[in-house]
Amino acid sequence: MLRSNSGFEHEYSEGVLYVRLWGEIDHHGAATLRGDIDSLIYEKRPQRLLLDLSGVGFMDSSGLGLIMGRYSLVGELGGSMAILDPTEPIVKILNLAGIKRIIAIEKTKEAKKK
Amino acid sequence: MRNKGFSSVVTNEMKLKLPSCSVNEGVARAVVAAFCAQLDPAASELADIKCAVSEAVTNCIVHAYRDSVGWIYITVKILEGGGVRVEVRDRGCGIADVRAARRPLFTTDPSGERSGMGFTVMENFMDILRVRSKPGKGTNVVMFKRLSRRGENT
Ligand SMILES: Nc1ncnc2c1ncn2[C@@H]1O[C@H](COP(=O)(O)OP(=O)(O)O)[C@@H](O)[C@H]1O
Ligand SMILES: [Mg+2]
Repeated sequence: MLRSNSGFEHEYSEGVLYVRLWGEIDHHGAATLRGDIDSLIYEKRPQRLLLDLSGVGFMDSSGLGLIMGRYSLVGELGGSMAILDPTEPIVKILNLAGIKRIIAIEKTKEAKKK
Repeated sequence: MRNKGFSSVVTNEMKLKLPSCSVNEGVARAVVAAFCAQLDPAASELADIKCAVSEAVTNCIVHAYRDSVGWIYITVKILEGGGVRVEVRDRGCGIADVRAARRPLFTTDPSGERSGMGFTVMENFMDILRVRSKPGKGTNVVMFKRLSRRGENT
């Protein structure tokens, strides 16, 4: 198994699934992330998915696919989703794709209180 | 002039040849960024180049050599005046309609969760994007970017 340069930690409570991604999100790491996050989503069936990007230093368009895919899945299961704290370079690619018109982009502390 | 505003004088050059394994996406962008760092670019400019290289290399892996493993050829040139030229070439399946492929959201592989934003990223994060392709022969992506050279009073 080749060393992975991405991963995530998660917390679940009262319908809110909090996922904190870290590392470099590209096509190489996306398949594993997708499988692992989707297992969690199916298991917990969250009303809300919070995707924290504060630990992501690099992301290309494969990350956009990853985000939109999770957004669709959570939506199909009747939940909603928000992106938390993207770093400067990540904001740039999110904006290029017009993600904020579809998914709310929020600050960690405020969103976790909701 | 063909490459608007970019000198044709090359002051340094790097060639890299990698097999189309997905682990090399990270290798390629890291090596290209390390090479470009000699121009002392802004962090955001280096981030743009990494992202564009990642897109071009991922396309070779995901599309060009979809059912096989082939070589990816990367050439980076430092140009006089502080620009870079990055070329990513494959001998894969090629693109039938490059104009269509370059449109935002266009993808031939939605099942793989491709966003269809690769060429859009390359176009926006770099100053020039040129794509030449022949079905059955391969694809050649050439990108230029001007770097601000923080070290100099420009
Ligand atoms: N090197 C390549 N070889 C063959 N086809 C390619 C190559 N690069 C891009 N393409 C084609 O162009 C389309 C758009 O590419 P891109 O904008 O990166 O979106 P995505 O990779 O998400 O599909 C791809 O879906 C594919 O059909
Ligand atoms: Mg692509």
